[in-house]
Amino acid sequence: LLFSLFREKKRTKVVELTENMVVDGGSGVSFEWGGRWSHIKKFLERPGPFTHPDFEPGTEGLQFLLETCKILVIGAGGLGCELLKDLALTGFRNINVVDMDTIDVSNLNRQFLFRPKDVGRPKAEVAADFINSRVPGCCVVPYPFYCVDCINLSRLFLRLEFHIIVCGLDSIVARRWMNGMLLSLLVYEDGVLDPGSIIPLIDGGTEGFKGNARVILPGMTACIDCTLELYPPQINFPMCTIASMPRLPEHCIEYVRILQWPKELPFGDGVVLDGDDPEHIQWVFQRSLERAAEFSITGVTYRLTQGVVKRIIPAVASTNAVIAAACATEVFKLATSAYIPLSNYMVFNDVDGLYTYTFEAERKENCSACRQVPQDLHFQQSSKLQEVLDFLTENASLQMKSPAITATVEGKNKTLYLQSVPSIEQRTRANLSKTLKELGLTDGQELAVADSTTPQTVMFRLCFTS
Amino acid sequence: TMAATKASKEQKYDRQLRLWGDHGQETLENAHVCLINATATGTEILKNLVLPGIGAFTIVDGHTVSGEDAGNNFFLSNNSIGRSPDKLLDNDPEFFHRFTIVIGVQLPESTCLRLGSVLWNASVPFLICKTYGLIGYMRLVVQEHTVIESHPDNALEDLRLDQPFEEFKNHTNSYDLDSMDKKDHSHTPWIIIVAKYLEKWLSEHNDQLPKNYKEKEAFRQTIREGIIKTDGGVPEDEENFEEAIKNVNTALNLTKIPSSIENLFNSEQCNSITSQSSPFWVMLRAVKEFVHDEGKGSLPVRGTIPDMIADSQKFINLQNVYREKAMQDAAAVSKHVECLLRSVGKPPESISEKDIKLFCKNASFLRVVRCRSLAEEYSVDSVNKDEIASYMDNPDSEMVFYLMLRAVDRFYQQHSRYPGVYNYQVEEDINKLKVCVNSLLQEYSLSVNIKDDYIHEFCRYGAAEPHTVSAFLGGSAAQEAIKIISHQFVPFNNTFIYNAMSQTSATFQL
Repeated sequence: LLFSLFREKKRTKVVELTENMVVDGGSGVSFEWGGRWSHIKKFLERPGPFTHPDFEPGTEGLQFLLETCKILVIGAGGLGCELLKDLALTGFRNINVVDMDTIDVSNLNRQFLFRPKDVGRPKAEVAADFINSRVPGCCVVPYPFYCVDCINLSRLFLRLEFHIIVCGLDSIVARRWMNGMLLSLLVYEDGVLDPGSIIPLIDGGTEGFKGNARVILPGMTACIDCTLELYPPQINFPMCTIASMPRLPEHCIEYVRILQWPKELPFGDGVVLDGDDPEHIQWVFQRSLERAAEFSITGVTYRLTQGVVKRIIPAVASTNAVIAAACATEVFKLATSAYIPLSNYMVFNDVDGLYTYTFEAERKENCSACRQVPQDLHFQQSSKLQEVLDFLTENASLQMKSPAITATVEGKNKTLYLQSVPSIEQRTRANLSKTLKELGLTDGQELAVADSTTPQTVMFRLCFTS
Repeated sequence: TMAATKASKEQKYDRQLRLWGDHGQETLENAHVCLINATATGTEILKNLVLPGIGAFTIVDGHTVSGEDAGNNFFLSNNSIGRSPDKLLDNDPEFFHRFTIVIGVQLPESTCLRLGSVLWNASVPFLICKTYGLIGYMRLVVQEHTVIESHPDNALEDLRLDQPFEEFKNHTNSYDLDSMDKKDHSHTPWIIIVAKYLEKWLSEHNDQLPKNYKEKEAFRQTIREGIIKTDGGVPEDEENFEEAIKNVNTALNLTKIPSSIENLFNSEQCNSITSQSSPFWVMLRAVKEFVHDEGKGSLPVRGTIPDMIADSQKFINLQNVYREKAMQDAAAVSKHVECLLRSVGKPPESISEKDIKLFCKNASFLRVVRCRSLAEEYSVDSVNKDEIASYMDNPDSEMVFYLMLRAVDRFYQQHSRYPGVYNYQVEEDINKLKVCVNSLLQEYSLSVNIKDDYIHEFCRYGAAEPHTVSAFLGGSAAQEAIKIISHQFVPFNNTFIYNAMSQTSATFQL
């Protein structure tokens, strides 16, 4: 289905060539040498018993990979580096990569496109340079910005029609954002989804020796938000434990980070704790030792201090290699219809032997992201707006960060509460302690909620309970 | 400078040091890996060993680079010994004895078997990897691999509430829940609460622990009733009591030596300690002796407790009770270790206190992996027919790929090439490959059915080594090698199949 869509997608936009792209005589043929693609060709030029029903053996498949297929890779870190290599060596040539980060020494144990001399430089640029030099004909174009920077990303999407997006992100918020982005691009005609507007999303994630790879067809299969419960919210230690009843070395470190630093401002007014500054970490480490000594707690180390302050997740090359490879295989399948793609979620763990589990995640009936229908919110008329806010942030399926709520009251669009702009926050703060009735909200009324977890406004419907 | 190098290594390796520690890292930096065949798969494995800091590697590869190789291989020039593994086996098999692990990639069956035999006799671990079309294959061959730090994902706590030790009983006796003020009452660790109420229960139930759901629920109720109430009889908010109630189920787990550990106690290596015995077996024997002596039937106390609602002092005091008991037990095990070492003429310091403590802490999690030799797997007399046949009850099980790889090896032996490499060969090779499949099944008396589709597919593969499958295997194999080198985490036993078509995998013991 999708391969034929890709072939028919009209190329009406001109692709901008940047100075990163190596062009030789314009034909591209001089990049080739005998046998270069012979491994891939076996899957594209030969019929087989397990191919996708849409698959047609021939030379078109490879041509599509080499000349036309446009891939967007989000993230040029542990997964991103592997993905770029995997895609380049599988024949993909039009690759765009987005990453806002610069290279750090601690990346070098796995992000193999980077060398010590590259520390401090933008990951997207260095990664693109390396691949373009190493794989003749490959054109990786870097975009060193934050993917949740909606203006830049939207511009990118408008200019370049991507066939497939692959994510190697380390943040759930950013994932949800990309997910929402692709959902916002879907076109519905008379309530029916136009398959031509679907851009598949392959999403990979790793943590230590665990990882997962999934295939998302926005609007058709389970999206990131459909399975949000698979990512339980990060648990922070209770404040009373940190403030007066520490028991673990971690509690001591959090005390220094959250309470002591803002009070003592050891490096000057307005200087925020920077987890990447060894002097800052050293200060926190020393104070944490003191705090721990007060309570006879052992176990505070420099490494633990850094881990807690930066919320470090352990990482190795091997897990990233495995998950990126699985993702790249899926990109290949989707782009060529060579095989039926993964349907739709694979989990990997090699702590004890090697374990994989593959299953089909189901779409959620009332997913706030991918279902077209507003989600019902059940509250009493006498409930306060604060309760609605708490629900939006605490509910496991929503996990919003700082939702901004607006509604149409008496014909006018009214901002009920918005946290991110200080002047509006001040103005609307009083609404939090008002009841829904006092705010003029009625049963069945729609609330529009904006949040950093989604580029689109999420619609809810207020249902008053007695 | 040395210090600067050490500091920069700590920074560079920070993310992985948090997984296997400085001692694990040291084993990697002291290792010397041998890679046979720098194909795409081989170089991917190597990359994933070089990145985490492997000490040294040697590549054995007699092939010259072809256009195909430059297409799927990210690394092309390297220090390689330009002789083939077969030549080395002919002229200098002891060449392989120096390595911490040998990784053989895309090797034909005959070379595998020869090499397997040499490495088995030299006790050098051997990891075989193969990417064939969309199938990945790994075989681990190691006689005996011991693991102290297996780092289990979901370990049960070792609280001993069903058989409290003396010091713990004294500690709980120092608490009188009924006479405490509210603040202390609400910040008493749940372990103490359960212990107290359990004591009461035992005295009222003929020393019988709550056994079934009904009894456990009744026990939970006694704890619930212990929650402080307001004058009006409304229970206060006591999170520690809620924790106690929630943890009753696991708290009442009987302290038991895991059967896997019992099996280790009963093994030959444990029961005949010699001067050749590795520290693992000496320590295990010492723990076994401890169990029958000071341990009174139980393993040394682990000494850790989970975090729980409590004020600092109460928690630390309780934690120290467990820690001190663990230290005591480890000291007792130490004495047994010393005796054993003396009895075989080795100095008692040859196993450090630190190692003994680590061993005791992991006593419930010890693992020993023993893989069958290739000779055993391939011999008609000892082939694991049952495993193969039972998996093939489902004709689409990953086991079919194992059989196809074996059949393809046969094809190579007969025709000196792999099936379907050139387009014109695909059709005609299907029947030739089918003959190989049938002869394989016949030789091993396997009455399983291999669908024609798989035979066709394996001809279609034409021995292709696509990069993404190589990369998947590259990550998998490298981590298994790291497990072997570091003796941390648990290697697979012994055959791993990855199917990139369905993104599924399976592990068989063949």
